Amino acid sequence: MTNHTYLPVLVLLIAGAAFAIGPLALAWVWAKKFSPQKTGPTKNAIYECGLESNGDAWIKFKPGYYLYAIIFLIFDVEAVFLLPFAVAFEGFTVAESVSMLVFLLLLVEGLVWAWQKNVLSWT
Amino acid sequence: MDEQLKSELRRQGVVATSLQELYNWGRKSSIWPLNFGLACCAIEMIATTMARYDLARFGAEVFRPSPRQADLMIVAGTVTKKMAPQVVRLYNQMAEPKYVISMGACAISGGPFKQGYNVLKGIDRYIPVDVFIPGCPPRPEALLDAFLMLQRKIDEQQLTGPARPRHLQAEQPSEFSVPQYSEHDLVPTRNDAVWHAPLVNISNAGTNESGRD
Repeated sequence: MTNHTYLPVLVLLIAGAAFAIGPLALAWVWAKKFSPQKTGPTKNAIYECGLESNGDAWIKFKPGYYLYAIIFLIFDVEAVFLLPFAVAFEGFTVAESVSMLVFLLLLVEGLVWAWQKNVLSWT
Repeated sequence: MDEQLKSELRRQGVVATSLQELYNWGRKSSIWPLNFGLACCAIEMIATTMARYDLARFGAEVFRPSPRQADLMIVAGTVTKKMAPQVVRLYNQMAEPKYVISMGACAISGGPFKQGYNVLKGIDRYIPVDVFIPGCPPRPEALLDAFLMLQRKIDEQQLTGPARPRHLQAEQPSEFSVPQYSEHDLVPTRNDAVWHAPLVNISNAGTNESGRD
């Protein structure tokens, strides 16, 4: 029996695959045997609200808000980590302080980059 | 299978069924309606789904906000000519098999607005309707009755053979032409493949004026 230690895993794998593929295969057989596909331009339309889609989906939009949200994350993550740092600050060794500083500098670097790219001003 | 044998087996605790019965049972027990209402009939439709009437008893409590996931379109209310293209388009976007209940006088014929200029005189001019419910508005019981009627209709559908329903026939269309809202009326004013003008006997015209008798 020692040879078959992983046999249950294999059985489970096969059963799991059959569980996933079985219904799909049944649906495929059902579609072939009984229920034909019925597609059409309206059914394949992108929108499903009853109105016709208007214009192109690939439009340009101002990325200002997106960048704003990304930069917010810098301060967000900083705040989340700075509070525990402040609480545990007395007990830090040199190595821990340095790694903390590196982390903070990485975040500050992002902020400096954004500042230089003039992202911080909204217009 | 012989009905007598089937009932005999059932008495012994053995349920015999066919693929067709199983399929129909599954479909009729999980008809998901499309979540949309057009006018006051929608209020009755909402009441039907709520605790007092509880449409969930029949497996239809899941109102889907997307036509892609819905089986049943309850045309609940007045279909204005401006709204008709959207209704037909939504019907086209529903997945097969799909059913339509035309609820209330307006959805059937235009109802009190039949003589008006902006109301469609029955949604059956553009899409095939399975069950009509008269009333203005019909009570929730009427909708439940229509629902049970639709379930019976599904139960009798054939899986194979020439009498099988539209969605099982490859050559039958799934989409129906969407009318165009234009200056004077919808174009076209009806889908001739779906709707035929009712025959009216004009021989007794004049003797039986509407509104007189």
